[in-house]
This record gives sequence, C-alpha cells and structure tokens, in this order.
Amino acid sequence: MRLGDLHARDLNRRLERGMVLGVGPFQVRIHARIAALTGFLSRMYRDFPLHPPDGFADIRVRLYRPRSWRRYLQPQVCFERDGKRIFHPFPLSHAPPLFEWGLNWCIATRAHQYLMLHAAVLERGGRALILPATPGSGKSTLCAALMHRGWRLLSDEFGLVREDDRLDPLPRPIPLKNESIGVIRAFAPEAELGPEFPKTRKGTVAHVKPTEASVRRMGESAVPVWIVFPRYQRDARAVLEPVPASYAFLRLAYNAFNYEVLGAEGFRRVGRLVRRCRHFNFSYGHLEDAVEIFDSLAS
Amino acid sequence: MKAQRLLLQALRNPETVVGLPSSRMEDLVVVAERSRLTATLGHRLADAGILAALPGRVRSHFEAAMTEARFRNRLIRWEMNRVARALRPLDVTVVALKGAAYLLLDLPLARGRLPADLDILVRREDLSRVERRLTEDGWRSAELSEYDQRYYRQWMHEIPPLRHPQRYVEVDVHHTLLPLTARLQADDDLLWSSVREVSCSRFRVLSPEDLVLHAVVHLFHDSDCANRLRDLVDIDGLLRHFSARDRDFWHRLTERARAHGLERPLTYAFHVGRRLLHTPVPAEWLNPGRVDPLLRRWMVALLCRALPPSAPDDLDLGAAAARWLLYLRSHYLRMPLKLLIPHLLRKALAGKRH
Repeated sequence: MRLGDLHARDLNRRLERGMVLGVGPFQVRIHARIAALTGFLSRMYRDFPLHPPDGFADIRVRLYRPRSWRRYLQPQVCFERDGKRIFHPFPLSHAPPLFEWGLNWCIATRAHQYLMLHAAVLERGGRALILPATPGSGKSTLCAALMHRGWRLLSDEFGLVREDDRLDPLPRPIPLKNESIGVIRAFAPEAELGPEFPKTRKGTVAHVKPTEASVRRMGESAVPVWIVFPRYQRDARAVLEPVPASYAFLRLAYNAFNYEVLGAEGFRRVGRLVRRCRHFNFSYGHLEDAVEIFDSLAS
Repeated sequence: MKAQRLLLQALRNPETVVGLPSSRMEDLVVVAERSRLTATLGHRLADAGILAALPGRVRSHFEAAMTEARFRNRLIRWEMNRVARALRPLDVTVVALKGAAYLLLDLPLARGRLPADLDILVRREDLSRVERRLTEDGWRSAELSEYDQRYYRQWMHEIPPLRHPQRYVEVDVHHTLLPLTARLQADDDLLWSSVREVSCSRFRVLSPEDLVLHAVVHLFHDSDCANRLRDLVDIDGLLRHFSARDRDFWHRLTERARAHGLERPLTYAFHVGRRLLHTPVPAEWLNPGRVDPLLRRWMVALLCRALPPSAPDDLDLGAAAARWLLYLRSHYLRMPLKLLIPHLLRKALAGKRH
C-alpha cells in the first residue's frame, strides 16, 4: 500500500500509533499528531510505500508539541529519536522541515553500513551521476532540474555507497532555498512544490516532490559512473573539465558524512569509487546548459 | 516482557535473540540504543555466531553500531598518542583510566564501548605542569563560569575538561579518583603504589583490582545510577576477565577494597551484577563489606530498578522513584550538605534561566 492510498483520517490515526514508511532502504517509524506534518507527508510522500506497523523499523522518530507555558504564546515542535529529544524546538509551523532535517540526521549518524557521501545522485540507464555538495554548488537546484529532464532521482542529499560499490537510492523531497524556488518553478512548471517555509535557518525553504518513477524504482540500485563537482556562477558559460583522481578522492572523502567513521574501509571505498568513475569540475550559469551537457555525457 | 528485561536477557544469553518477533526485536534495539549498548550486544551476538543469522536489517543496525564503536576507540587511541607526545618533555607518571586503560590492556570489554573522553590520572603535585603543557600544545578548557571553575578546582577530583580544537575527544585530567569532598576516599598512596607499566606505551594503568574498584566507585558512589547499565556491563566484564585468569582474584579484590575502605560499593556491585547480569561472583565472596542486610537488600532493589533503561513510552514510576532517591544519595555522597544545598539551588536556578 502507498501512503497516498490512505484517507486523511486513516493517515492521522496511523501517525498517532506509529506509521512505518519505506524510504529507500530504510523503514522509518513516524509518530506524530501535527496537522502541518500530516499535510506535508500526504503530498510529498504520496507515492511511498507503507509497511505493516508490527515489522522492524530501522529508524524511529516522534514529533510532538512540548508541554510548556510557551505553547500558548508561540507553539513549538520537538523531534525525538528512540525516545530522546534531539535539536532545539522549532516553531510548530516548521514541523515538516524539522522532520526532513531530523531524518537526515538520523541517517547520517547511524547508517554506517554505507559510505555516506554528501551528494546528490541521479541515474540514467543504470548509470549514476554523483554531484557532491559544497556551499554554492547549487546542487539541489541542479538535482531538481535534472530530475525533471529524464534523470531518475536517487537522492538529493546522500550518496549511499554499498559494500559492493553500488549506490542505493534514497529519494526524498528536495529542499530548495530562496531564489532557487522561483528558478525551478520557471524551469519545470510540472514540478510539484510543497508549501514555502519562511525564516528557517537557511532562509525560505520549499520542497520538490520526487517524481513518481524515482519513488517507484527506489529498490533499484545503480552503478556509479560520473563524479561531477558543480559550481554555480551567475551567467557563466557551462564548462566541464576533467580533474585528476587524487583531487576527486580528497574532495569526496572530505565531503562524506562518515568517511572517518569507516576508517580503512572508508579509504578503500572512496578509492574504488574514484577509480571506476570519470571525474569533472563543472561550472555553469544556466540550468538548460547543464541539462544539455549531462545529456551528452550520458548518451 | 518489558523491553529492559529483553536487553538483560540478551546480554546474559545472546541466543535468546534468535527468533524474536520483529516488534520485540525493535524494542530490544531501542533499549540497547538508549543504554548505549548496541555495539556491545552486537559483539556478543557475533561471538555467539548469531549475528549472521539475524534478519538483514537487524544485522545492519548492529554492524553499523560496531563500526562506530571502532571509530570511537580509534579516536581515543589517537588522543592518547597526542597526549603522550605533548607530555614527552615532562617526567611525570600518567595513568590511563577507564576506557583508555581497557584499550591499552586489550580487554575484550573494550570492543563495542563508546568512550567519549580520555580520562587520565596524574599526581596532584604534577597537575599544574601537565595542564600547562597540554594548553601550550593547543588543548583548551571549555568556557566555564567562575563558579564552575571553582566547583571543579576546589571540590572535584579532576580539572575542567580540556579539548583540542581540531579533535572531538575531551581529555579529563584527574588527580584522584573521587571528588575531594566525597564521603569515601580511595587511598591515593595505595593506588599509586600498584600502578603498572604497559608494554610500548607511555601510559600506565591501575592494577586489576584497582581497575575494578575504580569502575565500582564511579558507578555506585559517584553517579546517580540512572540508565547506567553500561557501567555495570563494564564491571561485569572486568570481573569475568580477571577472575578467569587468576584464581586468587576474588580474595585479592576483597582485600584491596578493605584497604581502600570501599567494601560497601563493592558489595552493591557484586549483588547487582549477579542479579542483573549473572556476574559469576562466588557465594563466599559476595559480602566483602558486612553491610547491614536490610540496607543492602533495599539498596540492591533500588539499584536494580534504576540502572536499566526504560523503554521510551514506558511510564515506570518505580524506576523514576528509585532514580530520584539515588540522585539525592549521589549528591549526598559527593559533598557535605552545607556545600550541597547551595550547589543544588544554584543549579536549579541556572537551569531555569536557560
């Protein structure tokens, strides 16, 4: 059953008792009784599978409104994992970004069966393109754009590298910040965007729903083939430039969530990844150029 | 069965995990996580040959935790390496305590532990030289209020924690094992007389008996015991390890506890360990301290309630009450009332401000 098959009332009931949502390789048990979150989930996670509540969930989270005098003045929401609160409370209306952010945190701090690259990953013809994130890279915007031009979204945030070097998908709503929201609305009018959340720590945030195909195929892993370090520069010409393996190695390792945690195994996995991929620096100023260049790469 | 019982059972006898229904398996994983024992349990499951037979998701969960524990242990070893390098010019004896000592001695219980800090012990007269050398080499102490500084320096057994800005590990430099104000004091001269070398290391370690007694006072005399099952698991691991290698160990441990005046906490450790983890303490050594049996029974009952973690939505009033009583006791043991009452008031008021 998919989340979208549930009536709003049933969804609420399930969330109260703990609903198990399949998100990529993880099963996430979510407890919540927060209208803003229910609405967000029913739109953004519409295509995601539900699992029976008595199964084993890998991640268990709960969002709740703290009981303090403050709830009358400025209602808040807290995030809990395994019954322990993490993070400071958010304003209640920001429950969805808190959920997204918290879930990222749960994965990044625990899923050490993977080498977790901080990167967007897209796939075409079974071959994966890795776009490591650095500040100013425009990774999420680029990722949302490519997802609407024939690429399957594996993840906007996590490159999950398995022991056998394949990449597992973890499609989730893509958070766009500030000007990027308008850019994607104009670039891909068919993109489905969620509500805008003003004044988060990263400015205004709105999420792009992953395409239905990306979610339906989230059980299909992909082979890493290209590693591209994007850099957005206003109005710049699109330039794709090969970089040496040593450079790619350092940037990937430096940018992974758990490179150090994996120790020698992390070193080996990044090494194999770099050896089997082609690697480039990519600067661009227009999404259309980028799409064209990645198309030619994949053809 | 309550989730915490599942965990105790699994620690004692890993085979009980086989065939648990998924929902119970999840309960087990949650309480193990809450008591930071996931990786420890993972190693026990692996040693028993069970881990590979568990469902893939469950296995991944344990293996990921074991990977993280190896990482934490690596960080501690590296911090020891850095501290040793910084202290090279000084002619002082430095003793590695707790997790660092277990690592140096390569004890089986070190696997799966999640040490957060490096604890070292130096003689009080060497303290300021050591502190100065470490700060010269880049370690910084956390920003503390004047009150907190005084709290550490006048009353406690360690200086404010130091951390190197490029690394994650806190270094706690101790000059004695218990707070200066505590009602019990281990005999420092006795302690230093038994300190021994470890091959290929600048650090020394306590004797096996003192290792156990340190873990024991740390848990049963210097903490509120709430959700501290992992400390009991350490004690259980130490007792099993050393008693299996030395038939005279129980005798020597008891003698040592007497010499330090620590028979009472050791008695609690024996009884609680036997009850919760089936620590194999021979019956004739169970009561090193001649604690009043009524008081002992009462304390053991409280401790057995407070130590294991409760499941998240399990409203366990008994455990909450036990924890509250032990919280009061821990402070009472830590410092005299005329220091304690102003300190707790201050903490309470400061807490409200944040």
